[in-house]
Amino acid sequence: MLVKELVVISGKGGTGKTSLAASLVELARSEYPVVAVDADVDASNLALILDAEPGEPNDFVGGELACVAPEPCTGCGACVEACRFAAIVLSDGKALVDPLACEGCRVCRAVCPAGAVTLRHSVTGSWRVDVGEGFHLIHAELGIARDNSGKLVSRVRREARELAERTGSGLIIVDGPPGIGCPVHAALTGTDLALVVTEPSPSGMHDLERALDTCSHFDRSAVVVVNKVDLAPALVEETADLCRRRGAPFLGRLPFDRRVPGLLARGLSLVHLDAFRGPLVELWGELRGRLNG
Amino acid sequence: MTMRVCLASGKGGTGKTLLATSLAVYLARHSGSVTYLDADVEEPNGFLFLRPEIVREERVTVPVPALKTGVCSGCGECRRLCAYGAILDLEDRVMVFPELCHSCGGCVIVCPEGALEETPREIGTLLRGMSGSLVCSAGRLDIGETRAAPLIKRLLDRAPPGRIEVLDAPPGTSCSVTAALRGADLLVLVTEPTPFGLHDLRLSVELGRGLGLGMAAVINRSDLGDDEVRRYLDREGIRVVAEIPFRREIAAVYAAGGLGLDTSPEVLGAVEALAGEVDRAG
Repeated sequence: MLVKELVVISGKGGTGKTSLAASLVELARSEYPVVAVDADVDASNLALILDAEPGEPNDFVGGELACVAPEPCTGCGACVEACRFAAIVLSDGKALVDPLACEGCRVCRAVCPAGAVTLRHSVTGSWRVDVGEGFHLIHAELGIARDNSGKLVSRVRREARELAERTGSGLIIVDGPPGIGCPVHAALTGTDLALVVTEPSPSGMHDLERALDTCSHFDRSAVVVVNKVDLAPALVEETADLCRRRGAPFLGRLPFDRRVPGLLARGLSLVHLDAFRGPLVELWGELRGRLNG
Repeated sequence: MTMRVCLASGKGGTGKTLLATSLAVYLARHSGSVTYLDADVEEPNGFLFLRPEIVREERVTVPVPALKTGVCSGCGECRRLCAYGAILDLEDRVMVFPELCHSCGGCVIVCPEGALEETPREIGTLLRGMSGSLVCSAGRLDIGETRAAPLIKRLLDRAPPGRIEVLDAPPGTSCSVTAALRGADLLVLVTEPTPFGLHDLRLSVELGRGLGLGMAAVINRSDLGDDEVRRYLDREGIRVVAEIPFRREIAAVYAAGGLGLDTSPEVLGAVEALAGEVDRAG
């Protein structure tokens, strides 16, 4: 069975990517085994909704960090001058590295006349596989202020594909990061379909356009769903117009409901609210058709 | 002396832009000499609400290596140095992938033949404008570009002089957020009282501590959720400056591209409290 990959992105944060991804996992798992991937490694929240047995954490070794040995360091300042990330200062006549600024570029080692710099692999995050009923969940957490979020996203997606093949899963659902930068590129490349979740606001529409531009840039097909529609019904029609102009199928509308935060707090997805269940079942049917078509 | 207050959140969509734009306008009306900086360069939305008249646009570039013709011997020194896989060894020369480059300059330093030179690569635009007396500046990352951090650094380096800067940060805790928050005089964490809000707030607090920043918090949609966020902030000794309850009117004003400040007493109250906090920190 060929594994299909669906990625949920939004551009703007807080439009409902994670609650929607969790709902789709719930609907899809009754048909075949699913692998869910939380690719928002900065703010990994999917595990808070999906009920799964936690697996063992695995270290993610991202980049390297420079480390200056005080003994050979003569305090000449060559590294300070060469570092483009302002990650090294002289302190008491010795070079001192700021680990939050270092990008592991190795230039300091290349220019140090005393051989005082070493680069050490640093554990910059972790990932694990949780097991739920009818699904696996792969999620990761990146250390604070760490580079390489794109690399970690690529890593969890590779693990997801291997797991899907081993377990005979037909579908991988990726809960993507916000924005349009490096981790989004890593979440988007090679997927079969991108579902863009937006909300009826100027920010939502502006960011939807940038998300669609990013999908076009990477030659991915995108479909759109609008969440919290009753907060600004007029903008929903404008969003639908925008989708028509952009040739992105407009697949559905989801309501705003004050009960959603309470529902999520209890670890339940949106399918447990009647107002959402119908539109979600319909949306899932559309997505399944497009993924298999 | 400039005072910089940053509004940030781990989770997206908690209300950073709503508060940052309202706070900037409020301070400009009352204290003058205020600059609004939109550092969410992947999704810069502040100008949709402030609608400044754009007075300047500037393309931002980063240096990336390019091969001079006929000089490279293919020794591979640059490829061995490059930590980002941006250089590939061919038989008799190397090939550069500028989109993977972090602009560290190392390849140019180690090349024994002087075969590489740095050339500018465009990554985005800085926009500058005026909204009434408020000076506004925003970065806008080009589609398909990965490197938000250098654009944010440029935005901060080029910030027009002002007594107070209000910075709208990107969501998350990655390197671009670090670039935006470094050197802030006050970090205001905008959060919501949900499990997602709490989970991501913890990460932001850890980042704020790592950068040694003074922190305060605003709880948005404060009536949709539970008390865990309040308890957490209390334990951490982070002051909750304001709570804004969920109001459909606030969402409607935001949807209409309006400023919360002028239409919602709840947002105005929060902004007044924040302005007091800015005063104390300054």
